[in-house]
Amino acid sequence: MRPANILSSLFPAGHDVTEAGGLLGGSGRLDPQTPVDVVGISGKTYPGVDEALALAGRILSIADRPDAAPLLFLVDSGSQRMSRRDELMGLSETLAHLAKALWRAEQAGHRTIGLLYGGSAAGAFIATALACGSLVALPGAWPEVMDLPSMARVTKLSLDVLTEKAAGTPVFAPGLDNLFATGAIAEIWDPDQPLCDQLKALLATTRDDDGRAGWGLERGGRVKAAAIAREVQRLALAHG
Amino acid sequence: MTSPSPTRHSWYEESARGRLAHLLDPGSFTEFLGPERREFSPHLGLFNLPHQLDDGIIVGTGRLDGRPVLVAAQEGRFMGGAIGEVHGAKLTGLLRAARQMKRDVVILFDTGGVRLQEANAGELAISEIIRATLDARAEGVRVVGLLGGRAGCYGGGSLIAGCCSALVISEQGRLSVSGPEVIETNKGVEEFDSRDRALVWRTMGGKHRYLIGGVDLFVDDDVAAFRAGAVAALERPATLDQAVLTAEQARLERRLARFGDAADGTEVWARLGVAHPAGVPDLDTSAFLTIATRKREGADAAR
Repeated sequence: MRPANILSSLFPAGHDVTEAGGLLGGSGRLDPQTPVDVVGISGKTYPGVDEALALAGRILSIADRPDAAPLLFLVDSGSQRMSRRDELMGLSETLAHLAKALWRAEQAGHRTIGLLYGGSAAGAFIATALACGSLVALPGAWPEVMDLPSMARVTKLSLDVLTEKAAGTPVFAPGLDNLFATGAIAEIWDPDQPLCDQLKALLATTRDDDGRAGWGLERGGRVKAAAIAREVQRLALAHG
Repeated sequence: MTSPSPTRHSWYEESARGRLAHLLDPGSFTEFLGPERREFSPHLGLFNLPHQLDDGIIVGTGRLDGRPVLVAAQEGRFMGGAIGEVHGAKLTGLLRAARQMKRDVVILFDTGGVRLQEANAGELAISEIIRATLDARAEGVRVVGLLGGRAGCYGGGSLIAGCCSALVISEQGRLSVSGPEVIETNKGVEEFDSRDRALVWRTMGGKHRYLIGGVDLFVDDDVAAFRAGAVAALERPATLDQAVLTAEQARLERRLARFGDAADGTEVWARLGVAHPAGVPDLDTSAFLTIATRKREGADAAR
């Protein structure tokens, strides 16, 4: 789905979300009582220091408001921008700052919902979609840590061998189904049903602690993480 | 660079276990889920790669100058310290315990980022570690990162570092999202020549990070210096609230406004008022700190 269709399905009563420089910003109403703030990154934009700071600034102003309107983060990005300038200026700090801004908004009472409708990869994925309190996706979304040809180069395995291995496990290969199986994504929405209803249903659930390792176990894509984390936590508490 | 003094014991050259032994008070360390528990990666066999019994990270508890702390040390010599499912889950569990116990944490970073053979699990683990770090900080827990390892601190590891309450770095520490080889492979040698080591240090090395306020303390590549740095970093505030993040926003915007069009680290340092920027890489620690403490952009606890 394209951003315009997504926004009209989310906000049948209208919205004022606009795009500039690969970033989305504005708001819409699920119904007359429920305003939703919207930020986003669109058109496979590779976020660098400038984009990360612009997004973080908007999110922090929302967090600072006294109301508790949900915050929807639409994501169709590349990986982080790879450049000498971005690293010289401290891209790791600005991407971490963006993740912190999203965490802060959630702390301040705004549910943060990531809606992955296109691509996202590597550090950009961690600082945007994965940093939201809840992450949902639309079919056709394509999250990846690294594409298979690049992975073939780094692991020194042929693309054929990697493709064959990918068929047997969701743990390393790109794609929505694989990320869903590892527990990254709460729900995959149905594009043929009104998105506003699906967002309302999600907002009606309470969000508790980070349950993503539990989903990874249930879905069979990441079966050890939950038990390992729990065991280390137990040992630390027992030691005192 | 001046040659190291004979009494110096390199942090960079040490193993993760060796670093922990020098960092903590003697005999105070207890490991959780150590190698005897054989919790190694279930995914490396698929690639015919050897596993390591601790999956390249040691987590546990000990004392630092008498103060109880939780610790995690990444082993850069095993798969470049890369973060996979088990490695990441050990750190997540430690940080969740820290939140419950209100116990400070010291992380000895040495990582190239996500482990590609288990990329999805590793990527998600990093997101879980970040959330656990921030949740712990919300309870007043200090999370201190030490940056001076052989593999640097790259990729998702650098984003975790960016969520710490204080960072200590040595000249050899490198902190960046995309590593030199990754930039060169994707954007060409004109954008970044990864074999130009001087360029690497000027762009992502410890001195540059300290000068722009990306880290809080600069120390010698020496185990005793890192210990002293960690003790000092544990005295810094851990507060993470709207005011701190608003201050960080302003700090990072000011950096871009002041240096955003600089072509090289030396140009940034010149704008900071460093008299002989080209000579900065050659300065020893005390000469560097004499200049840097007067000229650097401070982080001002806005982190």
